[in-house]
Amino acid sequence: MDIKLQKVSYRYGMGTPFEKRALYDVDLHIRSGSYQAIIGHTGSGKSTILQHLNALLKPTEGQVQIGDAIIERKKKPKDLRPVRQKVGIVFQFPEHQLFEETVLKDVMFGPMNFGVEEAEAEQRARNMLTLVGLPETVLEKSPFDLSGGQMRRVAIAGVLAMQPEVIVLDEPTAGLDPRGRQEIMELFYRLHKEQNLTMILVTHSMEDAARYADQIAIMHEGRCVLNGTPRDIFSDSEQLAAYRLEVPRIIQFQKQLEARIGLSLGELCLTEEQLVRVLSRVVKEREAQ
Amino acid sequence: MMNEILKLNNITFTYAPEQEEVKNAVEDVSFTVNEGEWIAIVGHNGSGKSTLAKIINGLLFTEQGTVEVMQKLMNEENLWDIRSQMGMVFQNPDNQFVGATVQDDVAFALENNGVPHEEMVARVHEALAQVKMEQFLDHEPQHLSGGQKQRVAIAGALALKPRLLILDEATSMLDPQGRKEVLATVRKLREDTGLTVLSITHDLEEAILADRLLFMNGGQKFAEGTPKEIFDLGDQLIELGLDLPFPIKMSKLLMAQGVSLQGNAMSEEELVNDIWISNFKK
Repeated sequence: MDIKLQKVSYRYGMGTPFEKRALYDVDLHIRSGSYQAIIGHTGSGKSTILQHLNALLKPTEGQVQIGDAIIERKKKPKDLRPVRQKVGIVFQFPEHQLFEETVLKDVMFGPMNFGVEEAEAEQRARNMLTLVGLPETVLEKSPFDLSGGQMRRVAIAGVLAMQPEVIVLDEPTAGLDPRGRQEIMELFYRLHKEQNLTMILVTHSMEDAARYADQIAIMHEGRCVLNGTPRDIFSDSEQLAAYRLEVPRIIQFQKQLEARIGLSLGELCLTEEQLVRVLSRVVKEREAQ
Repeated sequence: MMNEILKLNNITFTYAPEQEEVKNAVEDVSFTVNEGEWIAIVGHNGSGKSTLAKIINGLLFTEQGTVEVMQKLMNEENLWDIRSQMGMVFQNPDNQFVGATVQDDVAFALENNGVPHEEMVARVHEALAQVKMEQFLDHEPQHLSGGQKQRVAIAGALALKPRLLILDEATSMLDPQGRKEVLATVRKLREDTGLTVLSITHDLEEAILADRLLFMNGGQKFAEGTPKEIFDLGDQLIELGLDLPFPIKMSKLLMAQGVSLQGNAMSEEELVNDIWISNFKK
């Protein structure tokens, strides 16, 4: 399912003295099955875009197309439930939204809310809880007795149980320790690869965007100023600096290293593993000479 | 002899004293923070770090063990005096706002402590300048971004001119730039005023700045030492849910691929030099 933003502008509090323009003419085409990162400095409009992706906000100007549904200001929304079922949003700190008595019931709530039969919802909930790596033993526990990392997995299972085609992630690893962070990011990447889910990652982390995304959109002062592959986006560090962003640490390191050894490594390394591979090859080639 | 700002003696704490099967959140932890030090308590989610922070600030009382602040045993009577000397900044700034504007919020604790108006105004401005939020004096806190909010919360703590600044995962919700700014602020504060800092964190880039690390696991003190000593634990840290700081991790990965290195780098610059000297310098 493609999501297309065409000339989307958004003003908060339109017609009031507090009117504030948050988006200007944003064009963004997110292709079905892709992994799209949306990056921007705090206040760049990332969160406002996010809320357009499943019609929580309607554009004040322009048009958002989510699959077949077209969302415009003037048009009265028809039933938005199918849109909201197909685009699942994992908000920041999703564990704050847990509320049911047991983990199982909490995960079942979403699908049942969309009219799924209880037996089917339970089956889905069990499958999704396994998928996110939670043991059977937590099913009947209160979600509030779990650790922070486990609670977050329950919340994610709740989104997955609605069987969305697109998952929007808003800083999904905020507050997790390094291992928890890696596990959650790998989980989403696996879902993306194995189930062909479209992933939209809204993040501050250049490292995560470089490692996982196919496409990166850069937001700056309410505009989408760049959209391209990680390699394109990160090859121009000066341009990023103009948007108060930095290239991932690994690329900064590569630049520092290349300047010191007076030699180009020949390719831009997006992950630590890649730099290690390329550098060890370069070192071995020099030794062989 | 160095001045002890904080001393924990054999602290044990459980959230569920009636339930014996529930593990203690903190188990027999002792350590000392000396004046002017920057101590970081590190550990994965659920390792007992935040419980320790609440015990230090008297938000939780222990069944076993004692807390001494500036050589005074903390008890319910002197708690308020002691607290006024400890500035504490929590993870989520939304939970600690009271003022209608940024400057009101920073002034709140000062008003509570009866600081005269003129001094209060000066301190509020100074504290906000220290976190680069002075241009937001009259803004409403709820309209700030997460990063800005946290800087205001830190200013609120700084305005009290604390002897000890406790940062409980205070940078974990900030964007990379915000985090850098806050850490630079803390470093600068320490240079200028010698402020003692206790940071509770799982951000190892923050931890590497500290003088001494306390590594918590399963409620217990697993190790204590300089950043170098702790990061020499290597794979043990990873097994216990943490990561290694970038230069140390890269050194290990490179050496595992047969790139020769001395392997002592604690910063990116040092690692660049190490790679150059060991492999490229003729």
